[in-house]
Parts: sequence; C-alpha cells; structure tokens
Amino acid sequence: MSLASLDLPAPRDGLLRRLSDMLVRRARLLTLLLLLPPLLWLGLVYLGSLFVFLGQSVFSIDEFSGTIVREPTTATLLELFRPANLDILLRTIGISAAVTVLCAIIAFPIAYYAARYAGPRVKAAFYLAVMMPLWSSYLVKVYGWKLLLAKEGAIGWFAGKLGLAGALEAWLALPLVGGPSLSVSYTGMVLTFTYLWLPFMILPVQAALERVPPHLIEAAGDLGAAPGLVFRTVILPLAMPGVVAGAIFTFSLTLGDYIVPQIIGTSALVLGQAVYTLQGTAGNIPLAAAFSLVPILVMAVFLTLAKRTGAFDAL
Amino acid sequence: MTRAPLSLKIAAIGGLAFLHIPLLFILLYCFTTEEKSYAFPPPGFTLKWFGVVWGRADIWAAVGLSLKVASIATVLALILGTLAAGALARARFFGREPISLLFVLPIALPGIVTGIALRQAFGLMEIPFSVWTIVLGHATFCIVVVYNNAVARLRRLSPSLIEASMDLGADAFQTFRLVVLPNIGTALLAGGMLAFALSFDEVIVTTFTAGQQSTLPIWMLSELIRPRQRPVTNVVAVLVILVTFLPILAAYYLTRHGEAVAGAGK
Amino acid sequence: MHAHAAPIALPAVRFASVVRHFGAVRAVDGVDLSIAPGEFFAMLGPSGSGKTTCLRLIAGFEQPDAGHIEIFGETVEGLPPYRRAVNTVFQDYALFPHLSVGDNVAYGLRVRGIGRADRDRMAREALAMVKLSGMETRRPAQLSGGQRQRVALARALVVRPKVLLLDEPLGALDLKLREEMQSELKGLQRALGLTFVFVTHDQSEALSMADRVAVFNEGRIVQVGPPEEVYERPATRFVARFVGSANVLEAREAQALGGPARPSSLRPEKIALLAPGAPVPEGAALVEARVTDVSYQGPVRRVSVLTGEGLALTAAIPATAAGAMVGATVRLAVPRDAVRSMEGEQ
Repeated sequence: MSLASLDLPAPRDGLLRRLSDMLVRRARLLTLLLLLPPLLWLGLVYLGSLFVFLGQSVFSIDEFSGTIVREPTTATLLELFRPANLDILLRTIGISAAVTVLCAIIAFPIAYYAARYAGPRVKAAFYLAVMMPLWSSYLVKVYGWKLLLAKEGAIGWFAGKLGLAGALEAWLALPLVGGPSLSVSYTGMVLTFTYLWLPFMILPVQAALERVPPHLIEAAGDLGAAPGLVFRTVILPLAMPGVVAGAIFTFSLTLGDYIVPQIIGTSALVLGQAVYTLQGTAGNIPLAAAFSLVPILVMAVFLTLAKRTGAFDAL
Repeated sequence: MTRAPLSLKIAAIGGLAFLHIPLLFILLYCFTTEEKSYAFPPPGFTLKWFGVVWGRADIWAAVGLSLKVASIATVLALILGTLAAGALARARFFGREPISLLFVLPIALPGIVTGIALRQAFGLMEIPFSVWTIVLGHATFCIVVVYNNAVARLRRLSPSLIEASMDLGADAFQTFRLVVLPNIGTALLAGGMLAFALSFDEVIVTTFTAGQQSTLPIWMLSELIRPRQRPVTNVVAVLVILVTFLPILAAYYLTRHGEAVAGAGK
Repeated sequence: MHAHAAPIALPAVRFASVVRHFGAVRAVDGVDLSIAPGEFFAMLGPSGSGKTTCLRLIAGFEQPDAGHIEIFGETVEGLPPYRRAVNTVFQDYALFPHLSVGDNVAYGLRVRGIGRADRDRMAREALAMVKLSGMETRRPAQLSGGQRQRVALARALVVRPKVLLLDEPLGALDLKLREEMQSELKGLQRALGLTFVFVTHDQSEALSMADRVAVFNEGRIVQVGPPEEVYERPATRFVARFVGSANVLEAREAQALGGPARPSSLRPEKIALLAPGAPVPEGAALVEARVTDVSYQGPVRRVSVLTGEGLALTAAIPATAAGAMVGATVRLAVPRDAVRSMEGEQ
C-alpha cells in the first residue's frame, strides 16, 4: 500500500483557476455571467426592436404628408374596427380556425395509430415521416401545393380521370370557398396551410395519447362501453390537451403568415398581407403595428386558456 | 399488441401520404419539358434543367449567401443557446420563467412581426443591410433550438458528475471541458444542425432584413411570385430539401435516445 | 498555524459552531465536531438530519453560513472543492459515463497534469487495490453495482486524499455484498491509515464499522462516541430509540425499576423472561406484565408488555426460549444497572 506515502504535484495555479475560484464561490455570479450574453442579445436586439415597433401603434399617420405623428392617440388602434379592417381580421381568424379544425381531424388517426398500435419500429418510422415534412423547407412545401393546385395541375387531372371534374367545378362555383381555380381560392389556401402545419398538430396529440394508460381504455371496454362510446368519453377528453397544444401552433402560424396568401389564394387580404403592405408600400407603420398586436393578443388569450387545460404538459 | 381497425390504418397512412405526396411532385416536375405551366402529366421528360441550374450564377450566389448566413447564425446560436441552457437548466431564481419565455418568443410570435421590428430598428439606427443584418435575425430564432436541446440534455446529466469532477481537483473550466461538454456534445451537435436547417430555409424574417441581397429562399420566393423557368425552381427546391434533410436526419439519430428533437417551429 | 504548534496531531476535520441553512430550513444548526487523523468516523441519522450536508461542507460543495471548518488545521471556508485535500465516494458513485474505467480512475491525475503513462500506471495500481485488475477498458455502464462502487473508491483514493468522504457508500448494494464491502472498507482504511468519514442512516453499519459515531438529529449532533458507548449509554430519547430501539423510561419509572431518578434507557435484550416460579436474579427488579404483542425476528423474539401501572416495555428474548403468548401474564427481570440515565435529557 504505497498510495498514501507520496504526494502528488499540486495542479498549476493559473489565471483560469483563480477565475474558477470566484465563479464556484458565487454560483449566482456564474448564472448571471452565463445569462448575460443571450439576455443582452434577445433583450436588446429582439425585445428592444419589438417594443419600438409595437409601441408605434399609439402613434398615427398624417394623412397629407404621410409622416408619423408622434403623439399618443387611440385613433390608430380604433382604426382596426373600421369595416374594411375588421373584415381582414375576421377573415384571417376564420381561415386559422378552419385550418386548425382540419389539422386536428387529419392528425388524430396518425397520432392515435402511432400512440396505440405501432411497435417501436413503426413508431420510429412514423416519427421520421412526420418530422421530415415538418423540417423541410417552408417555401418548397408551398411550391409543391402550387404545382398540385394549378388549373392545369395534378389535382385537376386526377379529378378528370376519376370522373370528378364536375364535382370540382361545382365546388369551385360555390361562394366563399370557390374561385376561378383551386390555386386562387380559399379552399387552396386552407389546404396549403393545413399541409404546412399538420406535423405541429400530430406531435402533441400523439404525446397526449401516449399518456393515456392502455388499461383505462380496456377498463372502459370491460365495463361494456361500445368502442364509439369509449372514444367519446375516454380517449377524446384525454387527448384534448394535445389538440389544444397543437392548435396553438396551427392557429398562430396561420394568423401571421403572409406568403401563402400571396402565392395561393384570393385577392382579398389577410392579416399578414395587410401588415406587409402597410409597412411597405403604404408606409403606415402605426397601423401595421396595430395589426401586429392582434395575433399577439389572440395568442396571449389562447395561451392563458391553454395553460388551464394543461396543454403545456403535452408540448 | 392489439390490431388496429382497418379504417384507422387507412386514415393514418392516408394522412402520412398527404404529408409526402407534394414533395414527390416537386421531384417529378424537375424532369418536365414544359417550362411555362404546371401541366400534368408532364408532356415529356428531360435532364436539361439540372444543367441549367449548374450554369446559373444567380442561384449559386444565393446558395453561397445562404450557407454563409446559416453557418454564422448557427455558431452564434450555439454559443448563446448553450450559455442560456447552462444558466437555466438547474438554477432557480426569481425571473427564471419570464426569461425562458423570452427565449421561446422569437418562434412563438409571427415571423412577420419579428421581421418588421428588426427592419425598423435597423432603419432607426441607420444600419445598412448586410450579411450581418440577416444573421442577426436568424440567430435570434435559432437560439431557442440549441437552447431546447441543450437544456434537455443538461437536465438528464447527474449533478453529482460535476461535483465529482471538482472533488477530484478539476476547476470549473476543466470540468466544463472534460465532463460537461463530452456529455452534452451530441445534443449541441443536433441543436446546431437544426439551427442550420432552420436558418438555411428561413424566408419570412429574411425578406425584411436582407435588403437587396438574395438568399436561396428569397430567390425561390421571387420565382414563385413571378415564375420564369419553372423546372429550374423545382431543381433548386430538391436541392434545398437535400440540404435541410441531411442535418435533420443526423440530428434525429443523435438525440433519439430519450429525447425528441426539440424546439420545432418556424 | 498557531504560534505554539503543539506536537500533538491536529484534528483531521474540525467544525466549530457550523451553521448551514437552505431558506428557512436549518439543515446544519450549530455543529461542533473534531475527527482525529486515521479515524473511521460515522455520521448516523435519519434523512434530513443534516449528516449529508455536513459531509458536503467538508467536501466543499456547500459553504457554511456561520461557524468555522478546518481540515488538518487549514481553514477551508471559501475554498472550492478542487482546492481541498479530501475526496468523496458519491452515493450514486458519479462515474463519468463517457470515460472508461481506467480513465475514470485517472481523472484526478489528468487534471493535475500528470502524463498519460504515469497516470495509467497509477490507475492500474489503484484498481488492483480494489480487486478490479484488467477492467481498465470497460465502460462504467458495463459494471455491476459492486464493481462501480470499487471504481469510485479507487478514483477517490488514487489522488491521495487526507480525508476520504463516503456518502451512504453501501446503500445501493444488496445485503451480502454490503457485508463484504464493510470488512473490505475497514481493511483498506486500516492499511492506508487514512481518515474515513462516512454517512449512513443504517445504525448497524455505523456500529460495526466506525471507531466513533456521531448521531445527528434535526441539524445537530445529539451524541458522539465509540459505538459501544452510543449503543449502551444513549444520551437522549432520540438516540435511545434510533440506535437499536431501546425502551425509554421517565424518571419515576426508572426509579421504580431500581434505576436512577432520571429519564433513562433500557435495552430490550437486557430484560429476561423468567420461567414460572424461577427466582428473581440478584440485582434485578421483577416486573409482572401482560403480553400485548409478540413478533418473531429470527434470532430473537420481541415481546411487548404492559404493566398494571401502565408502563409499556419491549423485551428481546432468545427465539428458542419458551414463547410468551399474547394476553398471558409474564414475569420479567430487569437488571438494575441496565436502567441507564440519559445524560442529555433534563
């Protein structure tokens, strides 16, 4: 047993080691130093810009010179409630709601199958199959739908081959959802949005469903509940937090988008486009800021409600 | 395991097909001979568009700019995201919740709001548009991706490992280099790859922070609004899919044990 | 160093009125302590009693809010763990998962700037000492619990600490392995002549291994002494009950049994069950009581009784002795000198 007999060399006592002494002694200082660079970046660069921009919603624009009048006023915020602007808001919220419902309907079977029936291998494959489109290029995905929805494109061709050309025509002839072709209709816009945000709905719903204990479903079955009843009374309520969590994404992402409506959709403006035009060609920053407050406000309300349903555990 | 009802199976597979078919069509249209419309089925097939893309300087300039921006933004996000994760993974202090919310905010709020806010700030401070103005915007929303990955891994790292290292004579910096970094390395790599993919693909914020510069998504956007040679756009789109696909796949394999690829979102 | 450095050895560890609180919780509430060099010292107590915090204060993972800590005469308040000549064997072993067993053991040497060849040789020697030769290239995940424990031990010993700290070192091992490690740890400590400080909530572990035991309760040390003394002469009700579940007697009850007129303890195994008609042994008091409960515990039977005066006692009698039945009246002999005053009680 020679171990205790000799002494080891002391570690070199450099500048770093002395700096380390200070940091170890004061854990709070360490936390602060770690936090400082990212906090400065986000606090200054991001929050700063955000407040400066949004703050302008209390200014107004001089109608003759087109310059910003830097006096606090509620006039710009009230302008949101003018019929034309209210139209834009309601239209955007309507589209967002439609996209959210459609996403939930398509996502549920995928999430349910992956959570309840898939073995580990299939589950991994499902996961990748959902993740890949989620992380694929946004523009590429939009472009894919432009191809499909074009008048001369694949959907029209398949409809013709399947003898559904008449049905497609009839759908496009409907008011509101219709239009000259799918690529310039609300139908096309909602489809594209649904496609874009679907993975954001699948993942939280699957996470929520995976937390439903299988024996709960079996127990309900044992008690004589029909499958439909089990679904309505057991599975659906337990999956709800996941659906709400997914809806946060689908709703907010649709609410703020201005590129899809620009490429696929009607000439009627949605919120994102309105903001874009207002800050650009119209040069009305105060109104653009006022419009920008709407999605932030809607999301704040949404998040507060979601917090109560426990949706955040499903994120 | 019980067998799934047939209708459920069909609905699930149908849903997944819905997610993938549009991407297949993009690939298909790379080879069409028709360049003025999206006629289906394509009247003929050709490989010439790949050659056209190869010869287009504007595309390669855009690719170069995108790669440059994504690289710088990723490095910045890695540094800032790791620092933030190190500070917030375990510490409990007043103001912790609002600070973590702040990191998520850039992807939680619509990109257009972030974009206009940054553009306004650049205008106010008279900062001319450059690679750095784009990077500034991208790093802002890439931080959270790195942060989420690093925080998840740090929380699984037993605190006694750090104590053991110091107990054995390592100072804080040695401990970070020899114990913490090797244990969170793959999570950082995964976060970095996702950040890269996110930046490479970003268009909404970039429209406001790029000025006259053209990243690849900006180039694509202008092609979508005013199409010229449509199949050229398809070839570029496939290129973009590949560039983002590989890092995401790699990130998945690096983190699949126990944690999901965190921090989704545009 | 004091001006008149006495030739007598400095304590390996000394605490003077050490206080550490977490928020409103006083985890360590005024602890005085002196551990001699080469001593095997046990800190025993229930969870939350402050024993682990004391260990962490020695290691440097915690800093005292008040009071004073010395290690071999050197004041260590404010010193980070890496500047202290103490090392720790962690409860969860805290082996580095990304390093091989050999590199785990060599870690402390590496951060001291010792070359690869030297540190590999020293790591091999240390692993041989804990009987793990040839395991150098394994990963910690490939080892059993007992093997991990030995690696943790080798890793701490290879950097030649002056004091080795062990946090519940045997807690995660099964019974047989635990007994084996107990004697091995004891042998290692004797051979190296090192000071070992170990924390445990298991009284039998503390009693069998330690030279001295400190019993902790609610952030304070309630008794320190050799195992025999702590066991035979508990100073407080808490020690009496926590170490070996002794009977606790009020002054009046102790006096009635011929003991001192003070709160006293009475070990269950000192009480004898008398056969019917057998004479009361010299120097013992006779107690007649009704049996309320009997539980069989292998070598002994614990018999709970209640006397007519309302005194509840527990006796541990050899399991082979003729059993007392619940409800029966029995005669018990309590030796007067087994009723011992608890000096820490009023």
